[in-house]
Amino acid sequence: MLIRKRSPDDVRSSELTPEAAYLSRRRFVDRAARFAAAATLGPSVLTACDILPGQDSLSEGTGPDDRAISPSAAPGLSPQEVQDFSSARSELGEPLTPFKDVTHYNNFYEFGTGKEDPARNAGTLTTRPWAISVEGDVANPAMYNLEDFVAPHKLEDRIYRLRCVEAWSMVIPWRGFPLAELIRRVQPTSRARFVEFTTLHRPAEMIGQRRRVLEWPYVEGLRLDEAMNPLTLLCTGVYGRDLPNQNGAPLRLIIPWKYGFKSIKSIVRMRFVSEMPRSSWMISAPREYGFFANVNPTVDHPRWSQARERRIGKLRRQPTLMFNGYADQVASMYTDLDLRRYF
Amino acid sequence: MIAKGLVWIGGLSPAAWLAYRAWTGDLGANPIEEIQLVTGWWGLTLLLCTLAATPIRRFTRWKRVIRLRRLVGLFAFFYVTLHLLNYLVLDQFFAWEYIAEDILERPFITIGFAAWLILLSLASTSTTGWIRRLGGRWRKLHSLIYVAAVLGALHFTWKVKADTREPLVFAVVLTVLLASRVPDLRRRRRSRRPAQ
Repeated sequence: MLIRKRSPDDVRSSELTPEAAYLSRRRFVDRAARFAAAATLGPSVLTACDILPGQDSLSEGTGPDDRAISPSAAPGLSPQEVQDFSSARSELGEPLTPFKDVTHYNNFYEFGTGKEDPARNAGTLTTRPWAISVEGDVANPAMYNLEDFVAPHKLEDRIYRLRCVEAWSMVIPWRGFPLAELIRRVQPTSRARFVEFTTLHRPAEMIGQRRRVLEWPYVEGLRLDEAMNPLTLLCTGVYGRDLPNQNGAPLRLIIPWKYGFKSIKSIVRMRFVSEMPRSSWMISAPREYGFFANVNPTVDHPRWSQARERRIGKLRRQPTLMFNGYADQVASMYTDLDLRRYF
Repeated sequence: MIAKGLVWIGGLSPAAWLAYRAWTGDLGANPIEEIQLVTGWWGLTLLLCTLAATPIRRFTRWKRVIRLRRLVGLFAFFYVTLHLLNYLVLDQFFAWEYIAEDILERPFITIGFAAWLILLSLASTSTTGWIRRLGGRWRKLHSLIYVAAVLGALHFTWKVKADTREPLVFAVVLTVLLASRVPDLRRRRRSRRPAQ
């Protein structure tokens, strides 16, 4: 049942390195060649996916910079510096949203409902130690330490569009690993049809949870095939470094073809279930937010149009793409679904 | 006169501050949204200030406050107009088909637009000439400001996604202001009755 399928449309890996290393001519030529190869294959994901620095032969330059970016040198899972993604390209030529905007314009109601509240208030969150429990219809239920949870997986950088249900969007280089890899590891039983995710509930540190703006803790869910889709990423980092707290540290989900609220942050629990989970937003406003929440320019939010979006940093709105531009990889999962009804 | 100068300063400073923030790039990641929020907030706040003039006169004996009311009301109209212009120009960039769809099909935008139309008619008949020309009908026309304020508060409440705290504050203040007018209405109705 859990057979890994890879098509040429899947995410391609090219290389990405810290700025210093770019200076190496050999690497530049190498990258150019890979980029050309990626371009010919026509990857539908924004390209420039990368390998964790250190797994890559950095033998030529062993300056202090290299130590700084080595994952083992930092206490976290990734280095603490923002890495330079300025040479990253996408098939659409879409520039990345600046790190400052990615980390200072957030919807993370656990830290307040203003867009800049999370950046202001999330500093109090303790992210170590961090436990993640895997429960439900699964062969290997367990409680994991974050480090053990992530250790078996190779972290990769992937540049995705993020489309918020509020009609703004960003282009963000995430760091993480496919959720599918983890699911294969824990082996859901045949009863499991959905995965339910839960965010940490800790009002002492998450001041937004002291008021019932939403049903706490925050809950989200995916159908198992959606969770297994190679695009679905469990993230520990952004811009080549560990996730800042306001972006959902230390572990969050990224589902690039769904509205941003599906990409649950600061995850402490994954439960494999047979019934469709009820997400926090479904409970809060069932007319406005459905379980699927696929990005769809033809199905409007009851209070605003979803046909266009404002890319953060741009003045004019631009058309929203079906499934946020990932239709090639995901549309086949919904051929039998009335997307108007199951919004 | 000093009071009037203060109203001018108070009325222009939010716009000046917004312009300064825009100039220095301090409006955050989504400046157009920020302008929308700030202008809407001040439009509604000044609308409530306008409505507060009569209760203030009654409860404080500061009679001349009523002379400031027109200017405060015009500033309210100024911010609501900026709010609308920001939506039409910066946000939608004159995409009329989307604008028409918004106004016709999205109730929270419909009522916001209706409130602006009311304020437009009040602002354009706010001159002394129009007050004289309309006579008794002027007062009736300008009592529509209550309708505009209610629509404005509804527009705000309807717009937020989950956190209704701030719109609720506006709604409560508005309710108090409206309730404070009830005795006035009774008195006026009584005085209109013929003497027995």
